[in-house]
Amino acid sequence: MDPHAKTSERKKVVISSLCFLLAFVFFWQVNVKPTLGGKTEGLPSPLAVAEKAWEMLSNPFYDRGANDKGIGVQLIYSLGRLAVGYSVASVVAIFLGVVLGLYPTLYRSVNPYIQILKPISPLAWMPLFLYTIKDSGKAAVMVIFMSSLWPTLANTAFGVSSIKRDYLNVSSLLQLSWLRRLFKVILPAAAPAIVAGLRISMGSAWIAIVAAEMLIGGTGIGYFVWNEWNNLQLTSVIFAILTIGGVGVLLDVGLGRLGKNLSYAE
Amino acid sequence: MPLLEIDHVTKYFAGTDGSGDLCVFKNVHFNIEKGEFVTMVGHSGCGKSTLLNIIAGLETATKGGIILEGKEVTDAGLDRMVVFQNFSLMPWMTAYENIRIAVKAAYPKWDRKHIAEYVQQYIDMVGLTGAEHKRPAALSGGMRQRVGLARAFAVQPKVLLLDEPFAQIDALTRGSIQEELIRMWMATGNTVFMVTHDVDEAILLSDKIALMTNGPEAELAELIEVEIPRPRSREALIDSPVYTRIRRHVINFLLERSRKVQEQGGMAESHQRSVSASKAALISIENLK
Repeated sequence: MDPHAKTSERKKVVISSLCFLLAFVFFWQVNVKPTLGGKTEGLPSPLAVAEKAWEMLSNPFYDRGANDKGIGVQLIYSLGRLAVGYSVASVVAIFLGVVLGLYPTLYRSVNPYIQILKPISPLAWMPLFLYTIKDSGKAAVMVIFMSSLWPTLANTAFGVSSIKRDYLNVSSLLQLSWLRRLFKVILPAAAPAIVAGLRISMGSAWIAIVAAEMLIGGTGIGYFVWNEWNNLQLTSVIFAILTIGGVGVLLDVGLGRLGKNLSYAE
Repeated sequence: MPLLEIDHVTKYFAGTDGSGDLCVFKNVHFNIEKGEFVTMVGHSGCGKSTLLNIIAGLETATKGGIILEGKEVTDAGLDRMVVFQNFSLMPWMTAYENIRIAVKAAYPKWDRKHIAEYVQQYIDMVGLTGAEHKRPAALSGGMRQRVGLARAFAVQPKVLLLDEPFAQIDALTRGSIQEELIRMWMATGNTVFMVTHDVDEAILLSDKIALMTNGPEAELAELIEVEIPRPRSREALIDSPVYTRIRRHVINFLLERSRKVQEQGGMAESHQRSVSASKAALISIENLK
């Protein structure tokens, strides 16, 4: 495609995308029930949500006690839990994945258990973590750990087990040390598959954190949603939902960039 | 004592669906002296690449063994470097990095600066100057194999193993890389074992040519001395009576053996391959006349 056609194509995409948004907001606005005595019945209007968004974004980091924190503060709590649970899970998953990928017999012998553990909703572990760890904050981090373990583990094991024989032959000829073989050959060769796993893990971790925080309460964007629902502040709930989506996109784009940098053409 | 002794090597492959083990080649025995260039020629399926991998330590012999400087070698090592038909470069590394990882492995005590100079020296030697920071995907087949050659020579192995190194390179580039190889081989005095099915290439490059019969159960049939003085040039070879005699001999050998397999029948696949290979050889003889 010539560059001229490409820019006009992009223009079309942007314009129709904006049209969809306008149509959606219009549809939303006309379906909102009229206000009765200042109290909104049914859904709040998009305008009300926008007002609330402006209010919350203009002062995101205030902290006025347990039930009144800015949305920025709540996001930092959530992202902190995500960072700890996800990083630990990723290191463990990549390590186990490399081992399983290198030893097919081991892989096949533990694969049934992985298959059973994989489809379990990470939230199902919550009671067990609460009982054993006896700390709701750490239990939530463990839920994140469980949610982000399997996709990275499965993808790493697959990526490592399908490394071309040629690359391993060259490492044998060069008598590369165990560490150099891992960091110079195995990990770079499997990097595209590993990052794909990390991306899926990030998605499921971000989904799980909201639910986990609703259960444990106290802090975080998930707790914020639940708390605002208890206060019947639907404008805040809707804005929080949009924020969760936006942050999720940012996290995914970041990992997408990483994946692009680590990919290679054969 | 020869530098390298291929000591009565036999290789069986495990048979598929209970057909029993398959003997690829048996009792292959010959020596390679220090500084010699020996090429093995044979039809597809005679196990010549398998033998090369056994020498490299990437596969194991079923019987017999490989003796390097009087000691048996069973594992891969830096004393035997391979130049692969499919180049086998790491695609996530640049040309430079592909060579550097080999140099670092071969000379772990060198400092960064010394390694950089040494790598650049080999980059320049194979004519890759300017392309050293490109990844293999951005290089042509010929350029990739130059990286492969530089990587192998830079390690300064005792034996250089070339596994059909020019098979995936276009005919025009092939000639110049062959000359490159000869120049580097003469400069370094390396010992080379090459596998090919290109008869002209074998005569141009080798001191000796090892002829294999067809597989399965292939055997080493002859070891021919190529008594053409060096340096050899492609143009001069065509008029050389020795060249013509050797070429005719090798091609006759390849055709003869093919016929024998044909008469025996059976082994549908290798039979088919032999027939098409002999046709190809016939055509090239016709062209010569």
